[in-house]
Amino acid sequence: MKTIYFDNNATTRVDPEVFEAMVPFFQDLYGNPSSMHHKGGEVAQHIRRARRQLADLLGCEPEEVIYTASGTESDNTALWSAIRGRPDKKHLVTSRVEHSAIHNNVALLRRLGYLVTELGVDKYGRLDMGELLSALTPDTALVSLHWANNETGVLFPVEEIAGLCRERDIIFHTDAVQAVGKIPMKLKDSKIDMLSLAGHKLHAPKGIGALYARQGLKFLPFMVGGHQERGRRGGTENVPYIVGLGKAAELALKRLPEEDTRVRAMRDRLEEGLLKIPYSIVNGDRKERLPNTTNISFEYIEGESILFHLSHFGICASSGSACTSGSLEPSHVLRAMGVPFTAAHGSIRLSLCPYNTEDEVDFVLEKFPPIVEKLRALSPFWKDGKPSDSALLTCDTDNCSVCG
Amino acid sequence: MWEYSDKVMDHFENPRNVGVVGRIDGEGQVGSLSCGDALRLTIQVDKEKDLIEDAKFQTFGCASAIASSSALTEMIKGKTVDEALAITNQDIAEFLGGLPREKMHCSVMGQEALEAAVANYRGVPVKAAQGDVVCKCFGVTDAEIEKVVRVNRLTTVEEVTQFTKAGGGCGQCKPKLEEILARILHQSAAEGPGKPARMTALRRIKLIEEAINTQIAPALIKDGGDIELVDVDGPEVLVTLKGACASCPASKQTLADFVTDRLRALVDPEIVVREYHA
Repeated sequence: MKTIYFDNNATTRVDPEVFEAMVPFFQDLYGNPSSMHHKGGEVAQHIRRARRQLADLLGCEPEEVIYTASGTESDNTALWSAIRGRPDKKHLVTSRVEHSAIHNNVALLRRLGYLVTELGVDKYGRLDMGELLSALTPDTALVSLHWANNETGVLFPVEEIAGLCRERDIIFHTDAVQAVGKIPMKLKDSKIDMLSLAGHKLHAPKGIGALYARQGLKFLPFMVGGHQERGRRGGTENVPYIVGLGKAAELALKRLPEEDTRVRAMRDRLEEGLLKIPYSIVNGDRKERLPNTTNISFEYIEGESILFHLSHFGICASSGSACTSGSLEPSHVLRAMGVPFTAAHGSIRLSLCPYNTEDEVDFVLEKFPPIVEKLRALSPFWKDGKPSDSALLTCDTDNCSVCG
Repeated sequence: MWEYSDKVMDHFENPRNVGVVGRIDGEGQVGSLSCGDALRLTIQVDKEKDLIEDAKFQTFGCASAIASSSALTEMIKGKTVDEALAITNQDIAEFLGGLPREKMHCSVMGQEALEAAVANYRGVPVKAAQGDVVCKCFGVTDAEIEKVVRVNRLTTVEEVTQFTKAGGGCGQCKPKLEEILARILHQSAAEGPGKPARMTALRRIKLIEEAINTQIAPALIKDGGDIELVDVDGPEVLVTLKGACASCPASKQTLADFVTDRLRALVDPEIVVREYHA
């Protein structure tokens, strides 16, 4: 069975060129870059090159890149550096739609006595800039907002927000794990202080991430150890993966125009085709959005069932339904957006990449509608091609946390 | 990805008995769209023989919810109403070659729909729907929880959530779930077949150990602490308290009180907790 991989926001395949670039560093080029002999020296120069490649993608200086093991480590590092660097300030601002790496850390900080403002979003997943401005106080140490949402692809105006923070002497961090490699960025010209990324979202392997920390920013290491990364992250460099991320960054920079044209066009065609299915709704702002992502709810059916039927045809996607998370509640992102419960459980995210083809889009458009039809035929909420009046449709529970 | 058995996947991809029976003699509806799964079961009954002639379902839900519904209809067709009522959620799960723990609530939903359909057929109220709502998020009653705990011999709150969904929303009812569990644990220790009516020393130690490992330690670990059982001597339970909490004298008293409260509720009201110093 052929795999049609439309789940690139979850992870991506390693590009063959990336893999090829990594291989020598498992065999011949095994030196420790810190060593004072030729085996160390030859490796060190490859790391310098990889750092330059990643800096070029971000539009920053190589010295501003700190390698980590994951996007989560980058987020942790940024958050705790900012907090520890400003011990007099006890207020943080973030949003209700962040990744758990940020969300669970601020929950911890709240228990440690910090005041945390979690900004809401509107039904399109957008921030209210007025709400943001009124949340900033002289006691605010850090604002951390993601660049792109992993479920909907909705973009936050992070460059504008970074400017507002700089004016008020507040550190601004963005989790750009979903954005790097999909949209152009030039951090040199922005007021962003710190930015997190993860290699496996841009065709490098899992297990490598990076944090951009602006030159001149007070920085306190999270992983304390040796002098590696100029004392900002201890631990012997993960050489093959750093080299792989460098190669992936070089390829991503080349493919950026393609993301905005060919990938965007495929996504739009896929989305338009799926919206022909009755009772389907796009979740999120269709204008300010990653070019590769669409999130659509198919009402009156449940996401996991759709995924298993898709998987039967080799199609990989994901869902914000409760059943796929194991948490019994639908995605916190869709709930924050106020997506009605009739739709939240039936949400499907399709995320593309330059490897995808028009043929694959055709295949998904062919297989998808019968799956929805089949599941609706099973659904007690569906009768004769339209929603039925069912007693089960209404939630009779007071203060139901699911319906909100 | 969930690890579903081949039988679950077969019933999901080729569901049996979809729709509504020709003559509805009994109808059971459980769950709701907001909860993420809902099942409508209709049965046609030969009233003279009290025999289920036909059963059909409509389900909104995940693969295991659809498979459980399909399995249920296969299991009850041709059975007398009383035989069908003897089917437990475990029987449904076993029929399907097992379900992931997190999905056991799908089998419970099937069993409850059956009970509701039979109650509707007989014109009597549904037992599980009586009692008080404990979990407001998913509308689960204490009667329903008690039944599922007994049938499946559940011992932890996490299991209660996996089987009934109770506690899986806001989580506010978790202390109440613990109380229900503790009460049933006591009762079944007294009633259980072959089990001594009075608590022996061995059983008491086991219960204390279980309460610490499954209920108390996880709560403390969440707050950066830990607890270890050192010894049990008559009513005295000797423990060491470790981790983040151990250095703070104020939190230590709170901690000892918390441990005492839980052990008294879960095992024996006579228990005295002492901290062990090496």
